[in-house]
Amino acid sequence: MSRPADRALIFLALAGIAFAGCFVDAARLHATAAGDANGMAALVAQLRLTDLALFTEARYTRHPSQADLHSAFQDHPLAQEHFPTGSLISPPAGLLQATSGVGAGDTAMGEAK
Amino acid sequence: MKLWLAKQRYLIDFTLLALARRKTRNLGLLLVYTVLVFMLASVTLYSHALRQEAARVLAASPEVIVQRMVAGRHDLIPPGYLERIGRIRGVQMREARLWGYYYDAVTKANYTFMVPAENAPAAGEIVVGPALERSRGLAKNNGISFRSYSGKLHTFVIADVLPQASELVSADLVLMSEESFRAFFDYPAGHYTDIALSVANPLEVRNVALKLAAALPDARPILRDEVLRTYASIFDWREGIVLALLSAAILAFGILAWDKASGLSAEEKREIGILKAIGWETGDVIKMKFWEGLLVSLTAFLLGFVAAYVHVFHFAASLFEPVLKGWAVLYPRFQLTPQIDGLQVATLFFFTVVPYAAAVLVPIWKAAITDPDSVMRG
Repeated sequence: MSRPADRALIFLALAGIAFAGCFVDAARLHATAAGDANGMAALVAQLRLTDLALFTEARYTRHPSQADLHSAFQDHPLAQEHFPTGSLISPPAGLLQATSGVGAGDTAMGEAK
Repeated sequence: MKLWLAKQRYLIDFTLLALARRKTRNLGLLLVYTVLVFMLASVTLYSHALRQEAARVLAASPEVIVQRMVAGRHDLIPPGYLERIGRIRGVQMREARLWGYYYDAVTKANYTFMVPAENAPAAGEIVVGPALERSRGLAKNNGISFRSYSGKLHTFVIADVLPQASELVSADLVLMSEESFRAFFDYPAGHYTDIALSVANPLEVRNVALKLAAALPDARPILRDEVLRTYASIFDWREGIVLALLSAAILAFGILAWDKASGLSAEEKREIGILKAIGWETGDVIKMKFWEGLLVSLTAFLLGFVAAYVHVFHFAASLFEPVLKGWAVLYPRFQLTPQIDGLQVATLFFFTVVPYAAAVLVPIWKAAITDPDSVMRG
């Protein structure tokens, strides 16, 4: 009968191989998906797309990078944002970095909220 | 060397047998530890892959989008506006875009109607995104009617369906000809939604934006860099939110590990006393505990990470998907391409394995340097 130390080390070695296998599998999947990614990039270039189709419930969440300045509060000036995505979108950069002001280069998303 | 290896094997044997004496407690700790690593690794792997996917795909989006603002709101580009941009140096190509939103009461979802610059469908035909095809049960050559905002019913024939592989960017798209788009939305002739600019020199993009802002004060240039940063910040923020929610679990584990580490049980103290009394050196006791900490934390890290990898890239991160991806009626189905960041894995390893191994060692070292007699007497 093998010793506990040998069994533990064999188990750890197997777990280590599985860990290394994650990296190998990632490289394999990456190579397989390269064609899809290129097709997606080509479609983005062809249609001049700017956003991912992840959050389609409102216009400022469908195209967060293109949203206008007040669309999240369109109902009235003190209206609360009511779409679920909105609550999960980060606040503007200016609020997060109090020392650096919001310049012309700050994201549209930051302005949108 | 051989002697050293043999000694370590005996130490591991002893450690494992000691762990086996408190089987339920130690297995419980290993399970909680593994689940914690699994959760942290799932969130970081998923967020990193999604961030990289967004950056890779959107790297092909237009360098600058110009919107016109009226009273702080996005307005249509009037005739003649496009020509004024053409005079700005550095702009290689300018192209007016036509797109808009349509709310479909049948699926209770918003679609993005768009006129492609090249290969637009013929009038009366549309090309639809895969999520729309699914939600409305459409197929090629089917007809579909939409009631426009003017109340008129417009019928289109599905000329094609966009490839499923591109769903991440095209789930809700409806591509149509300019003629159909203008007729459907009663769009005024010569007006456009916004303008896409291509700038020859990437270093010039910011200058072009500044020149645009000076020449057209009502224009709002949106640079590709800003789009990419927007997505990076969205996923960073979401990752932060999930980690904040998980912080309760991390804290609970911290308390558990601290409790185990800071206060040795009377039984453990007695055990150390006996070991020292029968001739073990302080170094041996510490080595034994070091192996205990390393075996538990390394097993938890490796199992947790592998489970997280399989969960994220082979089971589409089903546990955290709703929070990390968001949700929508028309939700794209996509498989993330794995992107493992070595630094991220190293950070995870450092913050999960090292603190535990260290926390186990400190109290043992304190107990091991005291006199065996006083340790045994407690």
